[in-house]
Amino acid sequence: MANIGEYGLLIDYQYCSGCHACEVACKKEHDLPKGDFGIKILTDGPRQCSDGVWEYDYLPVPTHLCDLCAARVEAGKLPTCVHHCQAGVMVYGPLEELAAKAKAAAKDKMAIFAK
Amino acid sequence: MEYNNEYNMDLYPKKLHWKEGDFTATRTTMWSGPGCHEGCQVIFYTDDDGKLVKVEGDPNSPFNQGRLCMRCLELPELVNHEERLRYPLKRAGERGEDKWKRVSWDEAYDLIEQKVREFQEKDGPESIISMIGTGRNVSQVIAHNQYANFGGPDLTLCFLSGDSCMLPRTALCYVVMGNQWVADMSQFRPDRYENDPEWQIPECIVIWGTNPVVCNSDAFLGHWIVEAMKRGSELVTIDPQLTWIASKSKYWLRLRPGTDAALALGMMNVIIGEDLVDHDFIDKWTYGYEALAERVKDYPVEKVAEICWVEPELIVEAARFYAKAHPSTIQWGLAVDMSKIGTPTAHAIACLAGITGNIDNPGGNILIDQACGLEFGYNSGIEYLKEGMVEKRLGNSKYNLKKYGFTASSQSDCILVACETGLDEKGDPRPVNMLWIQSANPITNMGQDAPRIYRAMKNVPFICVVDLFKTPFAVACADLLLPCAMSNERDCIRVWFDPVRSLTKCSSFYEAKEDEQIMIDLGHRLNPDAWPEWVKEPRDYMNWRLQVGNCDFTMEELENEHAGMIYNDFRYYKYEKGLLRPDGQPGFMTPTGRYEFYISLFDSWGVDALPYYEEPPTSPVATPELAEEYPLVLTTGKRSFEFFHSEWRQANTTSRELHPVPYFDIHPDTAAKYGLHEGEWAWIENQMGKCRQVVRLNATLDPRVVSTEHGWWFPEQEAAEPSLFGVFDCNPNNLIPMCENGDSGYGAPIKCGMAKVYPCTPENSAPEDQPTYQVTATNGYTHGPSHKSDTPSFYDQNK
Repeated sequence: MANIGEYGLLIDYQYCSGCHACEVACKKEHDLPKGDFGIKILTDGPRQCSDGVWEYDYLPVPTHLCDLCAARVEAGKLPTCVHHCQAGVMVYGPLEELAAKAKAAAKDKMAIFAK
Repeated sequence: MEYNNEYNMDLYPKKLHWKEGDFTATRTTMWSGPGCHEGCQVIFYTDDDGKLVKVEGDPNSPFNQGRLCMRCLELPELVNHEERLRYPLKRAGERGEDKWKRVSWDEAYDLIEQKVREFQEKDGPESIISMIGTGRNVSQVIAHNQYANFGGPDLTLCFLSGDSCMLPRTALCYVVMGNQWVADMSQFRPDRYENDPEWQIPECIVIWGTNPVVCNSDAFLGHWIVEAMKRGSELVTIDPQLTWIASKSKYWLRLRPGTDAALALGMMNVIIGEDLVDHDFIDKWTYGYEALAERVKDYPVEKVAEICWVEPELIVEAARFYAKAHPSTIQWGLAVDMSKIGTPTAHAIACLAGITGNIDNPGGNILIDQACGLEFGYNSGIEYLKEGMVEKRLGNSKYNLKKYGFTASSQSDCILVACETGLDEKGDPRPVNMLWIQSANPITNMGQDAPRIYRAMKNVPFICVVDLFKTPFAVACADLLLPCAMSNERDCIRVWFDPVRSLTKCSSFYEAKEDEQIMIDLGHRLNPDAWPEWVKEPRDYMNWRLQVGNCDFTMEELENEHAGMIYNDFRYYKYEKGLLRPDGQPGFMTPTGRYEFYISLFDSWGVDALPYYEEPPTSPVATPELAEEYPLVLTTGKRSFEFFHSEWRQANTTSRELHPVPYFDIHPDTAAKYGLHEGEWAWIENQMGKCRQVVRLNATLDPRVVSTEHGWWFPEQEAAEPSLFGVFDCNPNNLIPMCENGDSGYGAPIKCGMAKVYPCTPENSAPEDQPTYQVTATNGYTHGPSHKSDTPSFYDQNK
């Protein structure tokens, strides 16, 4: 198991559709009871800004129950949220790599979560 | 975030089975039950007992690249659910009492055989009708069973008024272009997106009347559009409310529900008026452009803006953007079908794509058939019908599209009337003795005027239901209830567009049988001449149909040598290459050989050959006096990730954890006006009936529009009447008519009705105020008698 603060998730939340695949994949992988989540989608909007633009974003946020799917990763798999994300907006890796990827993407609405 | 299909081939090999720890992994395709329109490739993990314990997406599949929706991920919950049907059940008490006797499959087959032979002898095989739900992978089975085994000609969507799901669009496409189109997201080739040398990124994608990332309708994974967005596609979304994808669009046109045809005609007014059309395509390949150009003059933007409640500038800008972008594509959805003018609406949108030449071009709207040209749809087994039988289909004599074979189904509303009156559409005797309902739950979601359907069923002597769970329809109406297998329990082939895919059985559940097995077993009993002796199991059936379809592979070869999927040789510009017509000539398979804006068949039938708009039968414009009492426009069927129609409602599923109650959307100002508060129950009511849902404030709606969910029943409530799982309590179909169809027989005002809303209070929400109680125990709503077949409906009175 990696040390805390070495690995994480990069999320391009411009394209997160809020489909719940990460939430449910995680609940199933970790056999979480009702009400528990290892990753949870937060919602901003739909909310019309003063310039007329509608802000409507979802952001999946890892919780304290997330272990970045240590067992899966050890077996050579991706964390299940990353694997199943329908919008393909999640990347798993060392934080330095994620930061480099975020910079290379040259776009907004990118978030990195350290674990 | 790259899109590739090479991820850890050791852990996810292109093999049919392998071991992973204690589990057996099976690489296969998921296609229902439970219902779904897709065929994502998955890995099913089973334990030593063959029980499904886990599902993963296959990361090396070009179709879905490992990605899965939440319902596949929670699939073991439903597959192993304690309430799932385990054995055949025969009704023991009265219908609705929920009293059953477990019987063997042989006893069930004996009963079916006895009834079928009795009805065939008494009133002919046409007194037996089969009806289907959607997305449950039984299209070929129910058709083949109906035609070859029962011998009757009638098959259709189960009391869906105007067959208003894809069929209006499909039938219209077949008269316009002799084929049907879908938006091109490079889905028909294994090398996707930029890896396909021919595919082009659509510069503009119009999303018309669908929320694609949620509903994944018609074999189209909505998130493919997200992949195109990442690559630069910009969107025009046409929707009464701001969906997530609408918020990411360059233009969002918030149209009034039911006015889509006017909008398409108005956009064409702009495009033709500003000469943004594709003259080359029009000159070479289309028919009737001048007539269309004349017609769209009747739809100036100002007038259309007033009809649609959309700002005129937005219509102009969106039209220009769509026409100037290359390529442009349209992904259309159910809302196109779900108005009375479903066919003219589809016609208008098909013209829009045609005048801009976005037909069968890379990144445009591409023409597509079933994989390998295989008939696995509603015409399966039709060769076994006796001569003259197809002509007896209910609705055939009234509706030309049906009479002349542009559809493989009967008309749902005519079937309902036959159930009620024993008469066909000509008024000739046509008793309905038996309904075979396979994977449909019509009083819960598919049928409109749900209480009317409930009552009509009392006239049908024998109803057999094949399903996964004991549904409200089964409790209320079934005499025999048969348990069917789920996707992981089936050997099957999917041809709903390319690629052809195999489903490989990896577990079983008590005595649940594959739909194919039921068909085969009944076939050998009822009409052995139509069944080769060697076809004993579903796998045999698949290989037989592959032979009949002249395919050069077997099911086993598909599974083992092709990793469960074969992409056919998809080609663009088929009309240039002589690939659309049996005579091998260039052009389209239409009477003129051209893409017909002006439909020559409609002309010969004496009906309007051009697209047009007409008001919904009830609307603030059409019925202003009604609008005084029911001032809000009611749209229905808002989809959510958690459910597929009436499925996934079991209380202990993750779906219900995330989505415990039905919500309807209403603008905050409108809610305040009528005293409604977020999270509280409210009644939604009109001249047809009422239902209740929970208020969800949605500032993106026009304040004059409310939007409900559909498909709600409550498996945690008592099954027996008058409870009936609370099936009518929250059902917006109580407010929508049957038999209010377009001239083509297609289309119904399902997404464009009217309603008023008011809070649920202790005074108006007693047990006897609940719609389910009123329908099952008192035969009516408290605010007035509900519609009965022997009295004219509101709609008939106003004709």
